[in-house]
Amino acid sequence: MWGGCGLRAARGRALGLAGVRRVGRKVEPPRATGLEGKQTNRTLLVIPWLFSNNGIMCLKSNNISFAYSNKMRSLRYVGTRFHSTSTTVDPKEMKIFQALAFKWWDEQGIYAPLHSMNDLRVPFIRDNLLKMVARHQLESPLSGMKILDVGCGGGLLCEPLGRLGALVTGIDPLNENIKTAQQHKSFDPILDKRIQYKACILEDIVEETAESFDAVVASEVVEHVNDLETFIQCCCKVLKPGGSLFITTINKTQLSYALAIIFAEQIAGIVPKGTHTWEKFVSPEQLESFLESNGLLVQTIIGMLYNPFSGYWRWTENTSLNYATHAVKSSVQAENEEHHAKAPGVHGMGASQK
Amino acid sequence: MAACVRFTRVLAVPGTTLGGPRLPGLRRLSCSVGPGQAVYDVVVAGGGMVGTAMACALGHNVHFRDKKILLLEAGSNKILEKLPETYSNRVSSISPGSATLLSSFGAWDHICNMRYKPFRRMQVWDACSEALITFDKDDLDDMGYIVENNVIMSALTKQLDAVPDQVEVLYRSKVISYTWPGPFFNTDTNPWVQITLADGHQLQTKLLIGADGQNSGVRHAAGIQNVCWPYDQSAVVATLHLSEPTDNNVAWQRFLPSGPIALLPLSDTLSSLVWSTSHEHAAELVSMEEENFLDAINSAFWSDASHTDFVDSAGSVLQYAFTLLQPTKSSARQLPPSVAKVDPQSRALFPLGMGHAVEYVRPRVALIGDAAHRVHPLAGQGVNMGFGDISSLLRHLSTAAFNGKDLGSMSHLTEYETERQRHNVSLIAATDLLKRLYSTTIAPLVLLRMWGLQATNAVSPLKVSPAPIWALRP
Repeated sequence: MWGGCGLRAARGRALGLAGVRRVGRKVEPPRATGLEGKQTNRTLLVIPWLFSNNGIMCLKSNNISFAYSNKMRSLRYVGTRFHSTSTTVDPKEMKIFQALAFKWWDEQGIYAPLHSMNDLRVPFIRDNLLKMVARHQLESPLSGMKILDVGCGGGLLCEPLGRLGALVTGIDPLNENIKTAQQHKSFDPILDKRIQYKACILEDIVEETAESFDAVVASEVVEHVNDLETFIQCCCKVLKPGGSLFITTINKTQLSYALAIIFAEQIAGIVPKGTHTWEKFVSPEQLESFLESNGLLVQTIIGMLYNPFSGYWRWTENTSLNYATHAVKSSVQAENEEHHAKAPGVHGMGASQK
Repeated sequence: MAACVRFTRVLAVPGTTLGGPRLPGLRRLSCSVGPGQAVYDVVVAGGGMVGTAMACALGHNVHFRDKKILLLEAGSNKILEKLPETYSNRVSSISPGSATLLSSFGAWDHICNMRYKPFRRMQVWDACSEALITFDKDDLDDMGYIVENNVIMSALTKQLDAVPDQVEVLYRSKVISYTWPGPFFNTDTNPWVQITLADGHQLQTKLLIGADGQNSGVRHAAGIQNVCWPYDQSAVVATLHLSEPTDNNVAWQRFLPSGPIALLPLSDTLSSLVWSTSHEHAAELVSMEEENFLDAINSAFWSDASHTDFVDSAGSVLQYAFTLLQPTKSSARQLPPSVAKVDPQSRALFPLGMGHAVEYVRPRVALIGDAAHRVHPLAGQGVNMGFGDISSLLRHLSTAAFNGKDLGSMSHLTEYETERQRHNVSLIAATDLLKRLYSTTIAPLVLLRMWGLQATNAVSPLKVSPAPIWALRP
């Protein structure tokens, strides 16, 4: 789509393939004011005040006008950036979700897209976890696994995982969400035993649950956190070696601005207004670099597409909108090997960028 | 809002009881049951052929091994300890698709060990003209199987007993009421379906499957509208002995103006009769002397009384044209067997009608079998449609269970409904149309159906593609 694909095509198909992406290049963060702290998405976006530094890239990019509007948007947020809290949770975001805390379980209500996203993310988690274990037990595929759902909301994802046999811990900063989730699971005696909820943030439980989870799921969460690097570090700390991290989030592209912010929030009302802020969206490349710098090997990055007319999601090669990632925490020896294996690749890609 | 861009279903207004006064919009608040009470994953209401097969299929499904299923049946256990000598007068024609479903959970083997009759050919013709149509598979494969209903029930019950950990059966249980949670979502009300039995037991379930027949209590309680009308016809069934033993592998059906008469093979010497005719005539047939009864059957199959010269000559003109165009294609006209004896006590009759539920699903409830649709036996599709419902619902529930979904969620239930309604509505409409078309002796309509039948017979793809199994099932 748009210029992104054109640039990708120019780099060769290795980048645009769905499935396993073994590109391990690190993009140097731009030296600018601490305002954005974000790396350039070299396929589409340009930080406006770095325009002159990356002149070649800008000429290839076909969104010059967009770069100006980006500048205006980011200037508007200058004030808040300087005053943002040091934890990963943004109080402004929490206020928006507080108002909707009791609507989680209405399948045809405001959270309908998240309900139908389960058709994609539960099989994604289930199948990737099954790949890690030797025995396959079809009736309770995840039995014996301990899973942490960060930002569980009303428990939409915890309950299916619990039904598949896993022991799930769901955490969410909002008390109302946890209350809703607890009430909902209390009617099912099996889920009541398998799931436990806690109203807290990830940093609070890192110490006591270090290296205790087989999998951590952060679905539709990383686009709401303030400090992504810390968040990923905490996720990594609570994972067992060899454990899996599953993230679903929205890409930071022109398309996602147009569709996820303007269309979905303001025009069609598919998502409540103010739910997302475009600046917090994370591109797959950026996420991948954060993950790998924390010892998490990316296994899969795959795009997801929502059809608002049918209400169903489907997998797609294109990651310009929504995408899902599966990364595995390397155990110590493997980590060293990977570093040696990756080193020439990183430099190779870095060279071709310039 | 999401509601604007997506089709939203109208949710049920539940809380009505069977037999009690139905006030529109009355919502009975479910009594909050403590979390300690056991919750079933699926309850199948109705232990007929379709209900028992559904419970059996779920019990044998690999994704339901850790789930709790309950079958509620008002009657008693139907296992046949010993196969009776005499054949039952209630038989069904099982299509190859239904046979595949039954063998997927091992019931077909039991049927094969008891008794069943495959048939390879079907001949359907008109009383008012010479037109006929024959169905057979090119390599003379079995087109379908005639199996007695009690044999099917016994086989299903045996397979049900093989999975006692997954499926519980409550015989002689009568349901007093079904209650659903209200349509307005609230986290602190019990979200399950509450079932109250006559003996005071209260059950809870995540999904209720209604398989309780044409007067379905589940459908009534859920408030689902049923489009139905009675045909002014009753079907007479009997077990007949043929005049001489023959390689009895053809199913015969003749359309009389009063209704179709059909002879279904049971063995080399026995056949089952299904004769749909007016209520008065049916009552006469059941009560008349055996001799007269047999004469009536034989003349129904052999007599040419309804023919008119005009129609006959019109028919032979078209037939001549077809033989010119396709000289090699010949559907040899076979003569049906004549009958010599009827089994005592085997004559019975039952009224016929058409019915179709407007919706098959609501939140936490799904209808299958006769609870969802009722059809004229002239096409032999009644129980096969029910088995088709089971295949579809099983597939959707199995995927949902493997995805950890709430089994009562509308997302997969509506997919089942769409899939089955598309299939069933066209079949019911076609059967109804045929029944009306063949109930008349008016010359233009007779000509129309005669030419239609001849044309369909000559053009073989039309016969084969929808794979219609036209044998009969009471």
